[in-house]
This record gives sequence, C-alpha cells and structure tokens, in this order.
Amino acid sequence: MDIPYTVSPRLDTGLWNAKLGIWLFLASEVMLFGALFSTYILLRVHAPESGVLMWPKGSDYLNIPIGTFNTAVLITSSITVILGWASLVMKNLTKFRWYMGATILCGLIFLGVKAYEYNEKFHHYGIFLKGGTVVTGHLVSEAEDHAMLIPDAKGDHHSEPKRFERSEIVRISCFGPKYSPFFAIYFTLTGLHAIHVIGGMIVNAYLWGPGTRMWATQPARFTNRVEVAGLFWHFVDLVWIFLFPVLYLL
Amino acid sequence: MEATVQDLHHTKETAHHEVHHELPFWRKYIFATDHKMIGLQYLFTGLIFLLFGFCLMMLMRWQLAYPGRPLPVIGGIIGDIFGKDDMPGGIMSSDFYNSLGAMHGTIMVFLGIVPLAFGAFGNFVVPLQIGAVDMAFPKVNAASYWALFLGGVTMFASFFLPGGAARAGWTSYSPLAEFDPTMGQTMWLIGMVFLITSSLLGAVNFITTIIQLRVKGLTWMRLPFFVWAQFVTGFLLLLAFPPLEAAGIMQLMDRVADTSFFLPDGLVVSNQLMNTKYSGGGSPLLWQHLFWFLGHPEVYVLILPGMGIVCEIIACNTRKPIWGYKPLVFSVLSVGVLSFVVWAHHMYMTGMGQKISIFFQTTTVLISVPSMIILTALIISLWGGSIRFNTPMCFALAFLPMFGIGGLTGLPLAFNAIDLYLHDTYYIIAHFHYVVVQGTIFALFAGIYYWYPKATGRIMNEFWGKVHFWGSFVCMNAIFIPMFLQGMSGVSRRWWDGGATYEFARPVINSNIHISHAAWALALFQIPFIINFFWSIRNGKKVSDNPWDATTLEWAAPSPPPHGNFTRPMEVFRGPYEYSVPGHPTDFTLQHEPDPPLKKI
Repeated sequence: MDIPYTVSPRLDTGLWNAKLGIWLFLASEVMLFGALFSTYILLRVHAPESGVLMWPKGSDYLNIPIGTFNTAVLITSSITVILGWASLVMKNLTKFRWYMGATILCGLIFLGVKAYEYNEKFHHYGIFLKGGTVVTGHLVSEAEDHAMLIPDAKGDHHSEPKRFERSEIVRISCFGPKYSPFFAIYFTLTGLHAIHVIGGMIVNAYLWGPGTRMWATQPARFTNRVEVAGLFWHFVDLVWIFLFPVLYLL
Repeated sequence: MEATVQDLHHTKETAHHEVHHELPFWRKYIFATDHKMIGLQYLFTGLIFLLFGFCLMMLMRWQLAYPGRPLPVIGGIIGDIFGKDDMPGGIMSSDFYNSLGAMHGTIMVFLGIVPLAFGAFGNFVVPLQIGAVDMAFPKVNAASYWALFLGGVTMFASFFLPGGAARAGWTSYSPLAEFDPTMGQTMWLIGMVFLITSSLLGAVNFITTIIQLRVKGLTWMRLPFFVWAQFVTGFLLLLAFPPLEAAGIMQLMDRVADTSFFLPDGLVVSNQLMNTKYSGGGSPLLWQHLFWFLGHPEVYVLILPGMGIVCEIIACNTRKPIWGYKPLVFSVLSVGVLSFVVWAHHMYMTGMGQKISIFFQTTTVLISVPSMIILTALIISLWGGSIRFNTPMCFALAFLPMFGIGGLTGLPLAFNAIDLYLHDTYYIIAHFHYVVVQGTIFALFAGIYYWYPKATGRIMNEFWGKVHFWGSFVCMNAIFIPMFLQGMSGVSRRWWDGGATYEFARPVINSNIHISHAAWALALFQIPFIINFFWSIRNGKKVSDNPWDATTLEWAAPSPPPHGNFTRPMEVFRGPYEYSVPGHPTDFTLQHEPDPPLKKI
C-alpha cells in the first residue's frame, strides 16, 4: 500500500505532500529567524545613545560593496535554481544539470566571500580602555603587562605601533562575536544563515549528482523534489535579502 | 518512496502474486519507518523518561521531608552512581538538589509528556483514525524519533559529567544559567536543540498527514476530536519551538563564545564586575520572553492531546455522541491561537511594565474561556449516558475534576496583583501539576488502557487497572492539595531545605513529610501498572478488533494492524461519535459503515 499524493496533488487541497511539508517547515524557519531579528531590534533599541556600547552603523564595520556582491550572487542563484526546475518540466535533464551546477557554484562563491569577511573580522582588534574609550587596529603583541596595537589609519597618515599598559585596559577583543552586541547578532544571524546555505547546497548537490537516478524511473517525482529544494533555496536567499540591509546598511 | 520502490521490485521478481516479505529485525524494530512501531518507540522512551524523572523527584522529596538527614539504604548507591560530591555521607548536596530539580522539569516536559502525548499517541492513533496507510513522511518520522533519542541521551549523559547536570532550573534563566562553570548547562542546551528538532520534524509530519491523508469522505467536521487536538498541537510545536531554539543558540553563544545577548552592562557576580570578559549590552528579559514564547504554548502542547484522548474515551463509554462537537473544535482552535499571546503572564515579577502586564492579564483571562468550554462540553457529555466504569473511563472521568481544579486555580494567577504574591511558591507547583499530572498523565494512562487492545490484540487486566487508578488518584491528590496551602503561606519552590530555616513556613512544614510519603506511595501504585502492561502482552485476554464497541476508524483495522493498516480501502460516511442511533441494530455505528439503502414504501 502506497502513501498517496506523493506525486500528484490531492484534489481538495491542490497540494502534494512534500510541497505542504516544505511550506510548513519554512513557516517554522520564519519563526526561528523571526526570533533572531526580534533580538536584533530589542538589542538595538536597548543600546545606549553614546559610549562604547552605542549601536554602530553597519557600514562602520562591514564592507557594503562586498555585501552587495554577495546579494547579487544569491539572487542569481535563485534564478538559476528556478530555471533548473523549469528545464525539468520541459524534460531536459542536461540543462537542469547546468543550471543546478550554477546554483551550487553561486552558493560556493557566497560562502567563500563570507569566509573572507569573517576572517578579516577575526584579525581586527579593539582595546577597551578604562576611560570608556576604545582604540581599534591591528594587534601586534599581547603580554602580561601591556599590549601593542597599530591603530587604524586616519586618512593618509600612517600609524606607528602604540603601547597600552594592562592597568589601563578593561578588555581586548577581536571583532568577533564577543566584541559587542552588534557583532554578537551579526555572527549569530549570518552564521545560522551560512549553515542554511550549506544545508541547501548539500541537498542541491545530491539532486545534481546521485539524485538524478530517479529521473529515469519517476521523472514527475524528481521534478517535485527539485521544486521542494528550490523553495528552501529561495527561503535562504530571502533571509539574506533581509539580513543585508539590516546588518550592512542600517 | 520506499513502498513504491519495493513494489517495483515485487513486480519484477514475483510478477504473478504479491509476497509480503518480512523486514529484517533492525528495520522492523530499530530503524523502523512504520508509524505504529515509531509510536511504540516513542511510548517506551517516554515512559522510561517519565519514570526516571519521577525518581529524581522522589530523591528530592527525601531532602524536603528530612533536610540534612542521610538517605537510608540507597544514599550510598546514589552517590556511587552520580558522584560522591553529590551525596557526601548520603546527604544530598544543594548543587545536586538543584540539578535534580532542573532535570525533573526538563525531562518530564520535553522527554516524558511530549513524546507520549504527541509522539506516541499521535503516531499510533492519528493515521489509523484518519484511515491512512502511514504518516505522510515515514523517514522524517523515524528521523524525528532518533533526534529525540539523541536529545534524551545527551540530557541523561549530562548527569555523569564532572559537576553534574544543569542546575539553573528547567527555565534556565540568564544570567544564572550562564555563570554556571560546569558542562551541564551546555549539554542541556545541546540536548534541547535535538529535542526541538525532533518536535519540529514531527509537527511538519503530523500536520501534512492530517491535511493530506484523510480517506475519502472524512471531512474536517467528521474528524475525531483527538485528531483535531493533535492538529492544533502540531501547529503549536511548529511555530512556538523555533524561538526557543534561537534563544538556546544565543545562550550557547553566551556560554561558548562569550557574547552577551542576555548579560546587561555593569553586571556584578560574586562581587566582581564582569566587564573584563563580556561586552554587556544584552537583556536578561530577552531570554525570558523567548523562553516563555515557547513555554506557554508548550503548556497546551501538554494538555490538548490529553483532552483529545479523554474525549474519545468519554464518547465511547457513555454510549452517546459528544455534546457540542463544533464548539469543541472551535474552542481548541481558539486555544491554539490565543496561546501565542499569553506568554508574559509568567513574567509579572520581572517589572516589565504595567501596560504589558495588563495586556497579558487580559489575554490570559480570555484563554480560560475556550479551555473551560472544552471541559464543560465534556462534563455535559456525561449527562444521560449509560456510563461503563472500565479502567480507561475511570482515568478519563478523573481527568475532568482534576483538570478543572488545575484550570480554576490558574485563574487567580492570571491577575498581576495576586500573582506577585504567589509567584514561585508551591501554589504554582500544585497548580500546574494538577493540570499536567492529574490532567495529562491521567489522560495518557486512560489512552494506554484504551488503545492497548489495538496495539496488541489483548486487553489489560481490569482489576489491577482499578488498583492502579484508585491508588494513583488518592496519592496524587494527597501530594498536591497540601502544596496549595504551603504556597499560600509563602513557601518558595526553590528552597533546598523545604523551608526549615524560615519562621513563617513553620505552620505548614510538616506537610512536607506527608507529601513525600504520598509521593513514594504513588511510586508503589505504579508497580501494578508496569507488571500489568508487560504481563498482558502475552497473557492478557484476547479480544476482538473492536472490544469497546467504538465508532472511529482505528477500530476497523485488525488488532494489531498490519503494515499498511487496513485490509480493504476505507471510505467514511458519517461523523465520529454516532452512538445509540435510533433504529440502528447496535448502539454504535462505525464511521465507514454506509447508510442502508432506502426501503421502498
């Protein structure tokens, strides 16, 4: 006895099972990211008007051109994944492979760029001083009693390493999650998003590679699988469409 | 997909006749995809954790009744198992007591009741009641169970780590939970991520199954109420759990990556300013909001399946249709929607602001209306029925007043002013245990006795069932009634010595001893159930496919139902509770029974 409506839709609901399933799953994903976006709003509203904990502008720390490039990459991948599905509907497996391959490639480019951005942050430091100020730059050395830092250059002026005594330092942190609430939510949101990108790419890669075996026996069902994977991929893109302005532009 | 591929093989190999080959042991019993086997896996896992969580509480009850006295006989053994520091000289340490309390709550809620009410009964009964061959996604179903299993193992293992299991309460409030240096809290968070994933996969599966796989003729208003309850429960799990997952990820970040999502600026811990390690700028209230955004719908996740079970059993054992089927359905839907906007009534004490308190006070009073409509409809259903007092019915009947007490004692807590006084006292403990223990767990027992013949083809022993029922009924009330009084005297639920060092607790402190003895007696009365459960698998009385003369579709399948559930295609012609229909030869009309052809006059 087979489970019905795996391929063709049920008449009164107009849906096949997996399509309903993925939409329900996406609803829960909306709640997951919704909670994190709410956290972002709460932390930002909560932040003081001045001082080291003041909420920064995204562009103070993040590179807008790089973010824009990554946005374009993901939007492109959304187009290719739907073209891949359309190729299957038109019974063209070869074209599907090209488009799905392009989708996976876009995912790889996105992750590569993200890794570059992350890496930069982990090599940039801030020293929080007792007076309530912070000096940012590149950490040269850190010892028991002092730290050496090349402060970020202002204009053309080239900076020399500067010495900070331990007695005047509150804490030293790279621009990692612990630097400030902004970076905490930045890394949590983009990290969770990156995990979703990786998850989507694994599914897409399966459908691009070994998954195509199903095309020979059950083409309609394989097309449905690609549609479901595509819906998830669109959702991942959509999250980024929200992340980019919220974190980089505002 | 599996079935299709298998069928393809069948057609290739045995072109002429269908061969039903047996699956190997590990596919049939371990990595099963059949909804009935997964339901039973959930049942056993849930029952084991329920017993384990109860054992933790029985240990705590010793400390509460006789604070500072060494635990006789088993004190040393407990120390050997959990670590010598936990029970030095057989006396419970305060850290160990806190661990037991936190893990009792976590295990009972997330590993006991949810797997039983949603996982076990939902999996076993829902596809049968809607006439489906299986769940919509059998592999996702198996994945859901194994995620729960991993979560359970993680939680259980955390007891044996240095420092023991989580001890910041089942609510894991920040910042307390974040400055616990042991691994227990981190393990708790990782375990929760597994448990949430499990519920999520289950919820997607249940909702899809109920929407898509109803057989022909089974329209929405012909669904048994139990299916409606599971449907709403599915949505609660689907939408309320992810925010806790987000909160869990953030607390994990706070603990592992030194972020400060939940740590404010200028926090002082043990006379030390924490700003050398943390940036600050977070909010402890944020954790509470996200936690209770799950936490309150979770309460309805615990109770709604219980209401569903009770409704089935009451309709069957009063031999008459349920009173007000449509109000029941619309009430359960309203409860589902409203349960998303009541969460902050757990947070009146936090000083989040008068206006917010008033909003949540209003919604909380509102949600009691549909809940009480459900209870009232079930009580009115008894009117004029020919009641059969078998074991499942006894448990179902006891559910009504017990849930009533639980619900009504919750009403004062909805009001800000009263809650400020009662918050975190034993009154709260008594209130929600009336809902979840005498309410849901009674319903679960009722369900086990009721559907046992469907799963095994045999019936559980009636006499020992009654012993189990009356013993549990008396003991549970003996445990929780004194707690109301203790709570109203102001005894806090968090005290390790049960209030021995507090002057104002003196008039009610003796109750601790009575409560503890009642709790241990309750454990004794579970022994007949455990023996009855296992003994009846082989030795119970054999019964027909429909031993209770019930009307819903699961009784149209053979007992136990084979793979694929039904021996012939099903079609439904009527509503779920057509009992004592005038003119019908029997006092029950099964849903798939077609109307007789009209006689010519």
